[in-house]
Amino acid sequence: MISEIGHFTLLLALAVAAYQTIVPQWGAWRNDAVLMASASVAALLQLALLLISFAALTHAYLTSDFSVLNVAENSHSMKPLLYKISGVWGNHEGSMLLWVAILALFGAAVAVFGRNLPDTTKARILSVQGSVGLAFLIFIAAASNPFLRLMPPPVEGNGLNPILQDPALAFHPPFLYAGYVGLSIAFSFAVAALIEGRVDAAWARWVRPWTLVSWALLTIGIGMGAWWAYYELGWGGFWFWDPVENASLMPWLIATALLHSAIVVEKRGALKIWTILLSILAFSLSLVGTFLVRSGILTSVHAFAVDPARGTFILAILAVFVGGSLTLFAVRAPSLKTGGLFATVSREGGLVLNNLLLSAACTAVFFGTLYPLALETLTGDKISVGPPYFNLTFGPIFLPLLLLMPLGTMLTWKRADVLNALRRLWWAAAAALAITLLVLVLTVRGPWLAPLGIAMGFWLIFGAAADIFQRAGIGSQPVHIAWARFKGLPRSAFGTALAHGGLGVMVIGIIVLSLWKEEHITSIKPGESIPVAGYTVVFKGIEPLSGPNYDGILGRFDIMKDKALVKDVVSEKRQFRPRGMPTTEVGLYQGFWGDVYVVLGDAASDGTYVVRASFNPMASFIWLGAFIMFMGGILSLTDRRLRIGVPKRAAAAPNAAPQPAE
Amino acid sequence: MNRTRTILALLLSAWMALPAFAVQPDEVLKDPALEQRARNISAGLRCLVCQNQSIDESDAGVARDLRILIREQLLQQKTDDQIITFVVDRYGDYVLLKPRFKRETLILWLAPFVVLVAGGIFVLRRRATPVAPVEGLTEAEKARLDDLVRK
Repeated sequence: MISEIGHFTLLLALAVAAYQTIVPQWGAWRNDAVLMASASVAALLQLALLLISFAALTHAYLTSDFSVLNVAENSHSMKPLLYKISGVWGNHEGSMLLWVAILALFGAAVAVFGRNLPDTTKARILSVQGSVGLAFLIFIAAASNPFLRLMPPPVEGNGLNPILQDPALAFHPPFLYAGYVGLSIAFSFAVAALIEGRVDAAWARWVRPWTLVSWALLTIGIGMGAWWAYYELGWGGFWFWDPVENASLMPWLIATALLHSAIVVEKRGALKIWTILLSILAFSLSLVGTFLVRSGILTSVHAFAVDPARGTFILAILAVFVGGSLTLFAVRAPSLKTGGLFATVSREGGLVLNNLLLSAACTAVFFGTLYPLALETLTGDKISVGPPYFNLTFGPIFLPLLLLMPLGTMLTWKRADVLNALRRLWWAAAAALAITLLVLVLTVRGPWLAPLGIAMGFWLIFGAAADIFQRAGIGSQPVHIAWARFKGLPRSAFGTALAHGGLGVMVIGIIVLSLWKEEHITSIKPGESIPVAGYTVVFKGIEPLSGPNYDGILGRFDIMKDKALVKDVVSEKRQFRPRGMPTTEVGLYQGFWGDVYVVLGDAASDGTYVVRASFNPMASFIWLGAFIMFMGGILSLTDRRLRIGVPKRAAAAPNAAPQPAE
Repeated sequence: MNRTRTILALLLSAWMALPAFAVQPDEVLKDPALEQRARNISAGLRCLVCQNQSIDESDAGVARDLRILIREQLLQQKTDDQIITFVVDRYGDYVLLKPRFKRETLILWLAPFVVLVAGGIFVLRRRATPVAPVEGLTEAEKARLDDLVRK
């Protein structure tokens, strides 16, 4: 019964989305205030309906109602509570429902927080937002219905893929989806602006917080995914340039570019057309990502051809929205007024270069991900594109971006002096170099690339600090004035510094882990030990293991340093009951300078076990860096300017002269 | 249809076997330099039955066979290139995680840099030809500016 309510509200939401797509747009056209105002009601109603629908599916999972096909296929009565909940979005149908629910949440947020938007703009934004929801609701209802019944119901369900039964992965999809879907707001704003033919500073100011939310959520979502891969997949890698990962990296890169170009629109009135294009591209890449992950095309082109219904449907949605918005862009963009001239060397120029490099980096990821699919479809030739390709394309493009980042924050608007900017950064460069030399002296082994990477990381961190120092006048002003200015700095200044510095922390982690990892694979008996990077991993013994929905064995290990116990860890080999599928749980000691990572392998007939022990230097810096970047985004979001939003006059006089002279 | 099923089944089994790990102690070569070369070569070769894994990461049987083959050839004093060519001759370009630079992959390799360079040229050319009317001041503005400066 409850599932039927969920099914019913899903279809009602579809009807409401259809209303939200058509009526407000018509109202904006006719300048009918009542019709336009109904957009907000529709957006809120759609959220309420989809929440009920989502709650109904969650209920089916919690009660293990196996008469619902989706639950029977993807859940199991013995599963822990957390994974019953996360199981709701651990499958195709449920994740699509989560997708539209989050979409509705963002739509409702615009309805509630967008009070100071001009009526026509708001109606058009909600209409575009509604159309995206409509497309995906039709898709769910027609090809991915999670509420289909199964008669007779089986006694037990199939269970959730065990490697997904993990806390980090339980919450990784909602964050990532929220990031993906949040970009729909920038998309809706861009399409609305194209329809209205008006892009001004106020527009950029409205778009930025939404982009910032998406960016922060994507950052933490990708970070969680990497963290999960690191300790769950069991070989210590964290990023594999897998198409699924690339699908989330592409929107992140473009969202990052958009975040920066929107600043130029807001502050200087330049780069408007480009910013609109980025808004469209960012969400388009979210859709491409959804297509890649959800169509099954990644498993193999053949799998896609066997059951093309879903893939073709998403491809059609993709074609309509990307094609439609780009066509609209081509028609309307030339009529947009551009403004705000600037010299090549200026803050604006720096941000243009940032955008150029980010777009080129995204192109590398895009081609690396889709080219093999395209080539196979067109010619039948099969090629592989793996990490070496990305190291050779993405790497050299991203490197100058990192190198120039601190410099960019030092440039002044309109016209800048590079020497002057460098003068403010000399201490950051000197400090980064000093640390690098220290590293070179202290470590004799390893590739020369590592100290360079460390230098780059510190350059970013000190560069971010230098920006704050510069703005507060620390070093150039008397202490009490500098302190007062420091306290008076907008939160977005600290947000920027955290995001840039956090990237530096992450760069250090990635470089050091990739180049200085130490690994030992040995067959040992209980009682024997493996030395790794100054630690000793002592194999204590094997015990049988019995979990709520798995059995297996566990190996106990003591991690020792200088004959003292640092941590006792456990590495498990689990055999999940419903599918008989094996997973490995890593024994992990996380220290500041690095992790000791122990994995229990197979047993041999002579009583030995294969054990892999590795020292992963500075691995925590990667997740820490991602978290700092996320916090930077959140802090920036609490900036007074964004909280208060656009000054009243912009809302009060929507028909005033579009662009006051600057 | 049947072939597709087989491929899917293979993929599925490779995926299911995923959490265990790859290089086994009995494979490791005594000479650390040779072993490092073996691992570098393995990291660049795709495991044919896996989902986006190199043979260095995969514990599938085929991957193990290839790893052992690479090590045997290394012991026969073959160069990295010779070994990679040997594998590619048997399995095709698909095993290479670093696609070869040739006619079919020209777009793949060049696209990011073309975007970068073309974008850069586009931006610079637009910089070079500023919109004339906006750049200069009108007579009235000049007069007013002179007026202000004089004050």
